[in-house]
Amino acid sequence: MRYLPLTPTDRGAMLSRIGVNTIDDLFIDVPEAARLDGPINLPPHQSEMQVERDLFAMAAQNKTASTVPFFCGAGAYKHHVPASVDHIIQRSEFLTSYTPYQPEITQGTLQYLFEFQTQVCELTGMPVANASMYDGSTATGEAVLMAHRITRKKRAVISARLHPHYRGVIDNLSDMGGFDVASPADSFNGVEDLIALIDEDTSSVVVQYPDFFGNIMDYSTLAREVQSRGCLLIVVVPEIISLGLLKRPGDMGADIVTGEGQSLGNGLNFGGPYVGLFAAKEKYLRQMPGRLCGETVDADGKRGFVLTLSTREQHIRRDKATSNICTNSGLCSLAFTAHMTLLGGQGLRHLAELNHARAVHLADKLANIDGVEVVTPAFFNEFAIRLPAPAGQIVEALAEKSVLGGVPVSRLMPDSDMDDVLLVAATEANTEADLEIYETALRDVLKGVSA
Amino acid sequence: MNEMTPMKQDRKQTFTGHQALILEEKLIFEIGSADKSGVDLEPVPAVNTRLGDCMAPSKPNLPGLSEPEALRHFVRLSQKNHSIDAGLYPLGSCTMKHNPRLNEKMARLPGFSDIHPLQPVSTVQGALELMDELAHWLKTLTNMPAVALSPKAGAHGELCGMMAIRAAIEARGELETRRRVLVPESAHGTNPATAALLGFKVDEIPANADGRVDLAAFKDKLGDDVAAIMLTNPNTCGLFERDIIEIADALHEAGGYFYCDGANFNAIVGRVRPGDLGIDAMHINLHKTFSTPHGGGGPGSGPTVLSDRLEAFAPLPYVVAGENGFDLIELEAQSANQPFGRMVAFHGQMGMFVRALSYMKSHGSDGLRQVAEDAVLNANYVLASLQDVMTAPFAGPCMHEALFDDGFLKGTGIDTLDFAKAMIDEGYHPMTMYFPLVVHGAMLIEPTETESRDTLDLFIATLRDLVRSANAGETERFTNAPELAPRRRLDETRAARQPILRWQAAEETAQAAE
Repeated sequence: MRYLPLTPTDRGAMLSRIGVNTIDDLFIDVPEAARLDGPINLPPHQSEMQVERDLFAMAAQNKTASTVPFFCGAGAYKHHVPASVDHIIQRSEFLTSYTPYQPEITQGTLQYLFEFQTQVCELTGMPVANASMYDGSTATGEAVLMAHRITRKKRAVISARLHPHYRGVIDNLSDMGGFDVASPADSFNGVEDLIALIDEDTSSVVVQYPDFFGNIMDYSTLAREVQSRGCLLIVVVPEIISLGLLKRPGDMGADIVTGEGQSLGNGLNFGGPYVGLFAAKEKYLRQMPGRLCGETVDADGKRGFVLTLSTREQHIRRDKATSNICTNSGLCSLAFTAHMTLLGGQGLRHLAELNHARAVHLADKLANIDGVEVVTPAFFNEFAIRLPAPAGQIVEALAEKSVLGGVPVSRLMPDSDMDDVLLVAATEANTEADLEIYETALRDVLKGVSA
Repeated sequence: MNEMTPMKQDRKQTFTGHQALILEEKLIFEIGSADKSGVDLEPVPAVNTRLGDCMAPSKPNLPGLSEPEALRHFVRLSQKNHSIDAGLYPLGSCTMKHNPRLNEKMARLPGFSDIHPLQPVSTVQGALELMDELAHWLKTLTNMPAVALSPKAGAHGELCGMMAIRAAIEARGELETRRRVLVPESAHGTNPATAALLGFKVDEIPANADGRVDLAAFKDKLGDDVAAIMLTNPNTCGLFERDIIEIADALHEAGGYFYCDGANFNAIVGRVRPGDLGIDAMHINLHKTFSTPHGGGGPGSGPTVLSDRLEAFAPLPYVVAGENGFDLIELEAQSANQPFGRMVAFHGQMGMFVRALSYMKSHGSDGLRQVAEDAVLNANYVLASLQDVMTAPFAGPCMHEALFDDGFLKGTGIDTLDFAKAMIDEGYHPMTMYFPLVVHGAMLIEPTETESRDTLDLFIATLRDLVRSANAGETERFTNAPELAPRRRLDETRAARQPILRWQAAEETAQAAE
């Protein structure tokens, strides 16, 4: 067995040092009723080559984003990740180390976490950020719980234009924790309906930017209205590249900003692992969940970094902790930081402009097709279109033509009466030729539908 | 302050601050520049923007680096980390075992890494098959009928299991009355934190002199207000809970559910099936038992197996096999069960699923059993080789980790922290310190099955030498330690009292001070 260094001779010698005869003697505390007579009914061990064969066969059945014109988004985006990023995260010292509990020999991890926190602060326009969360959806759930703790209230008002999975995570936590949620009927108009739902038990208002349908709007007025009612504004950013080009949530007055950092450094990976972003105003620092890395000095006065303010966390506070979170997304945050470092602010701006340009061009092309209407007025790299037929059916037909054309809203919101609405994303990974292929394929598919 | 004795000379000072292969490295923000980039992008075509009133006036104020500079930056940082690849990393409870590189290669196959979670299920049949096969392995190894794959880490899996329990209690109409969750005092901190998050009242149960749950005290605490017990098995002292079946029976009799923290499943995988112990829910850390890399603190993955009493409440989404291939149940309306809701966007840590399945297939049923046996053998070898000079609070055999307390340091002026820091100078990552809380100055050593006997022999000899040194009054070997690491002891009090959590330009810092 290639991963096990002990030889039969070693095992024998070690058992005698321990003073027992067989390995079974070390399992004597297992109740007899639970001792297995023989091996469990699963296949025996395999060589590297055999395992590769099995997994290659499974992988080969999937249609990959890089091999077809690809336009899916809805919270996970196809971007090009520089080759050096994957090399960096495969360094043994990063890949095979643990949470930096011994800072003298984990300064590598700690310094990149400090750099990550700084980058997240600058991108979101917030003064403090943590060292990452599982993903955008769980970060958002934690933000709502944090707002409840800060305001000592227990109701969240949630935009109907928040990603339905994120909404599901909040609903679940609220349901389980004894909290309430309220939401307006979906609307493409302003934010008045959100403000109208605020009552004296409301802790927070949650909005997405760009929202689930790709729309962007300035939330500065909303922030003032929300805060004047004693509530916190939580702004959720599902596509971090957008902040290369858009006004920052912090500059609009957000109290907490959460986000999905997958687009920087991390592949699609069928939904995970990703990297949750979490930033807040400084006055809320001590109510934040997750790990924080801070600067300090060592015994020689040299600058160094440590995990800090851990008295908020479960391993110290146990049932009084701000969250039950232990693991974060260390390696994914390293990928984020490495990619962000390679881009720089200028490169990120350029990348964001390229994304936007592709999306605008695509929207213009699709709007030219009879029966297709672009319904998102202002957007970054994703928008919604209304089709003359159910979107799920159209997406399947496009897939037959090897075009992955987007995400039907009905897949996530079956009761929304939006069966004909499709979310379409375009990024720098799409060529102008891809856009033309999409337009042609959609025209063909729609002809088939009407015929 | 300890008096510094001039026995050892300070390390030689250099002009650059570098010390041969230990290279000082500034922050990105101190070496990069705003007009530099390590990524070449196509020109932006002409476009009439559709950004409404949301365009930022300027680019983000973040410096960039060219590729060679970026690589050098991160490689230099990496060289300041201890890692399993470089040396023993015996952190108890964390299971720092070898991370096979085949797993990394498999996870990077485009068929797994370059697919979108919401592309049509007809185009991801292989991905769903992989999830289904992983689920089959996990269910078979645990003898449990169902598994929720989506939890993102161990603590998230705990939350999942406890949510399923809460949903089952609610379905029985007992949510108002069953408010208490029993948690041993030796439990991981995540256990009480999870119970509290769900509104349960945490009630601690004491350990007996054997380091296990005090069965009588446990039974005294049972009642019709008990929702669940959260028990780690093998427990955090590295011991198998001998009375676990009796605990499960009594708990079930009283109408409660059995949550098992599966962090230590690596000690029994292939030899004991949790389903045979009466467990109702257990998370499995794929990053512990099934070798997915810890990555400096994540990403993890925490699939949670469920008993037939909880199966119906498993969260969305889940994979089902049908006549026309695999399907993904993502909505309550599609489900034949009563899913309690959704833990996370999308479907879980696919990248970790691939790695874990690659590991399981590599080991097979026979190899996994050997994994548990070698892990337990290595831990007992360490225990047997050190218990004459260090103090073990509980009699062996232990399972996959050996627990010591600080009794052997009494009167030396050295504490557990000092002892751990001296191990750093000897080239080791210290064991877990001060956990579990039930023993004084705990030192929890988990060698794992992927360490050779030679490695353990040198480690044992090193610890014996450290004990000798402590007893001989060579305190500066401990109180000054580490002296040879990239940094000496860091001032954690200062970090917490005056938090600096991001880099700021000198002028910004000056403004903030005013």
